[in-house]
Amino acid sequence: MSSTDHAHHEGESYFDGPPGVLSKVWQWMSTVDHKKIGVMYLVAVLFMFFLGGVSALAVRYELLDPVRTVETMNEAGEMIQYTTGERLAGLTNIMGAKNANEVYNRIFTLHGAIMVFMFIIPSIPASLGNFFLPIMLGAKDVAFPRLNLLSWYIYVIGCLFGVFSILLGGVDTGWTFYTPYSTTTDADHWRVVLMILAAFILGFSSILTGMNFVVTVHKLRAPGMGWFDMPLFIWGVYATAIIQVLATPVVGITLLLLVFERVMHIGIFDPSMGGDPVLYQHFFWFYSHPVVYVMILPGMGIVSELLAVHSRKHIFGYRAIAFSSLGIAAVSFLVWGHHIFTAMGELAAVLFSGLTFLVAIPTAIKVFNWIATLYKGSIAINTPMLYGLIFLFTFSIGGLTGLPLATLATDLHLHDTYYVVAHFHYTMMGGTVMAFMGGLHHWWPKMFGKMYSEKGAMTGTVLVFIGFNLTFFTQFFLGTQGMPRRYANYVDEFQTLHMISTYGSWILLLGFLVHLGTFIVSLIAGDKAPPNPWGGLTLEWETESPPIEHNFHHEPIVTHGPYDFDKVVPPHWDPKDYPLPENPSSH
Amino acid sequence: MQTTLDADTTPAPAHIANHPTHWRNRPFAAHFRTRDDDFDASKFGMWLFLTTEVLLFAGIFCAYAVFRMMYPEAWSNGSHHLDWRFGAGNTVVLLVSSWTAASAVRCAQLNKQKWLKINLIITLICAALFLFIKFKFEYSVKLGDGKAPGTFFSYAFAESPYEILWWSLYYMGTGLHALHVVIGGCLLGWVLYRSWKYQAYGPTEYLMVENSALYWHIVDLIWIFLFPLLYLIH
Repeated sequence: MSSTDHAHHEGESYFDGPPGVLSKVWQWMSTVDHKKIGVMYLVAVLFMFFLGGVSALAVRYELLDPVRTVETMNEAGEMIQYTTGERLAGLTNIMGAKNANEVYNRIFTLHGAIMVFMFIIPSIPASLGNFFLPIMLGAKDVAFPRLNLLSWYIYVIGCLFGVFSILLGGVDTGWTFYTPYSTTTDADHWRVVLMILAAFILGFSSILTGMNFVVTVHKLRAPGMGWFDMPLFIWGVYATAIIQVLATPVVGITLLLLVFERVMHIGIFDPSMGGDPVLYQHFFWFYSHPVVYVMILPGMGIVSELLAVHSRKHIFGYRAIAFSSLGIAAVSFLVWGHHIFTAMGELAAVLFSGLTFLVAIPTAIKVFNWIATLYKGSIAINTPMLYGLIFLFTFSIGGLTGLPLATLATDLHLHDTYYVVAHFHYTMMGGTVMAFMGGLHHWWPKMFGKMYSEKGAMTGTVLVFIGFNLTFFTQFFLGTQGMPRRYANYVDEFQTLHMISTYGSWILLLGFLVHLGTFIVSLIAGDKAPPNPWGGLTLEWETESPPIEHNFHHEPIVTHGPYDFDKVVPPHWDPKDYPLPENPSSH
Repeated sequence: MQTTLDADTTPAPAHIANHPTHWRNRPFAAHFRTRDDDFDASKFGMWLFLTTEVLLFAGIFCAYAVFRMMYPEAWSNGSHHLDWRFGAGNTVVLLVSSWTAASAVRCAQLNKQKWLKINLIITLICAALFLFIKFKFEYSVKLGDGKAPGTFFSYAFAESPYEILWWSLYYMGTGLHALHVVIGGCLLGWVLYRSWKYQAYGPTEYLMVENSALYWHIVDLIWIFLFPLLYLIH
């Protein structure tokens, strides 16, 4: 009670009591505090994750069994036909689709478009990045707080365009909007344009966030914090921000040209007018390949934090990890061609194949360094650490299964199959989402000032891990056996694997629901979080949980590295929370 | 730095000098340590934004290069339809405006409030002149001939079926550029309004003038590339 009074007295805690009055809403909607904006992003992003997740479940539900048309005789002795396995057929009229297959096409497009543009690109940088980047740098706020709020509004407007398009029936172009399909399908309707504009608008939000972060890292580091004193999460977000700034404008002009192509038939992507649909693919992937590193780099940053803090070890190879982030960002701009191997000449394909293999080098450097960090660490098995370990496992599978796709000969067999689907879900979900969940648990006490139930969270984590692997590991087999992606139907031989995959998606759902429950219980009835529950050495652990309005009472001066667990006693150390490593100050 | 211009030390009238928007009274953002940090950060942000503008137009230039390689005769025919004199005239207009925009920054640094406003006004007149030439002598004449983008193309004397692509890219490139001229004009108009009403910019507070001028220079620079590509080379 006294602590609550204290927070009220200072009037600085940003999360002091349940909202409900309109003034409270306005206070949030007009805030320029990066922490509140981070929380607003978190809520919005998780909501889009929910929408994308529902469409993913619908896709898996349709694929539970193959579509069979059966001819039989009714009581009157007439031959009749009926169809089984079209599990989404009930949505045909609601979505205004021609048939069940079109419903399926729309739903997987929604899944892709929502998850890529509205969830995974902004997920870590805009929510956790917004909240922690300034604090970890020892700054009071991001460089441009009002621009930060603006980018949240732009994000929400972009999402509204997308949701509006869904309510009008959705689009079935695939999330990549490949021409000529995206320029000709549903020609009499605006919803495809709405969805393209949604992606265009979201690009602005992404650019503004990226600019903000780059400038913040350059200009607002606390005294004493050199470039190589920054936590690795910052390096990850920094590399991400550079890609956001440099790649997003290209997709901006691409989508703009696409809208004009669709509305006015300007012909640039239309072969019948001399245009080139492959040019669209080059433009699109020039953005969308770098952007997969927008998705994964912040996740890699989070994992660097999780593994170091929860094993109480100095991160192994700090500079190698930092530079490999920049290396990945640099190489990311040179590999877009591997999405269109079959649409270019042999020489270009060989070059792009070779460049694609380069990505494996900085990525492997990171993985080896993380494993070396764990070696001889005092590993605490808690939810963040568990997610860190899951990341190592699933992301390594995702990364290694990318190599056969980069190899031209094997890619001919594997491309456009479920193997590709499994591969990128192992990197995107097994990588980014696992890191995001780990980061969310790691920083939850700091963000909301409440501890969560470790038991509940661990249960959720185990369910997510099992569900994820059941859902997607089976798809490697499906793909190598020839199951093409984006098909609503399949031959009977694939049914067992598809069924396992669908059941896995239900376990995955259960896991995320457990997490949601744990978080809600924590917000309502969680124990008050100490300032430094894990014994971290980065600056966010030096301030209260949740942090005060301008983050610190006094501007922090950085005197030790972010991972010097063997040299420094962590701030706000409480022996009840965590044990110290032996002789912390004897070195 | 040595300069032929001398700083203006004339005090502002009291009702302006005491206004919170007057340049002497403007605080810097509280989360920065110093005013210089705030200034540097904002300028750095602007440069990053300008990078994104260049990359935005890079898509147009890239498409231009691809189709020029595929259909050289259509590109040659297309550029023969453009009158280089209008393009050159507009280039001069923009170059002059860039010079006055740069001068406006210098005037703000030296507290030359009158010349700050004059330079901004000349810049805005140039912006309007550019758009006038563009729409009056180029767009409307060409649209009247049927040399329009996409479905609206109805020019009967096209020698190559691919000329329609040329016109599409012409309108996309110059149209997007004209949109940037309008945005830049709005920014500079805002600066003019605030310096007129409050003397909001001066030696310690000229960030908005400088950033708007930087934006104006990038608009100019993009035109410098559009002009020869579209008008001069055949």
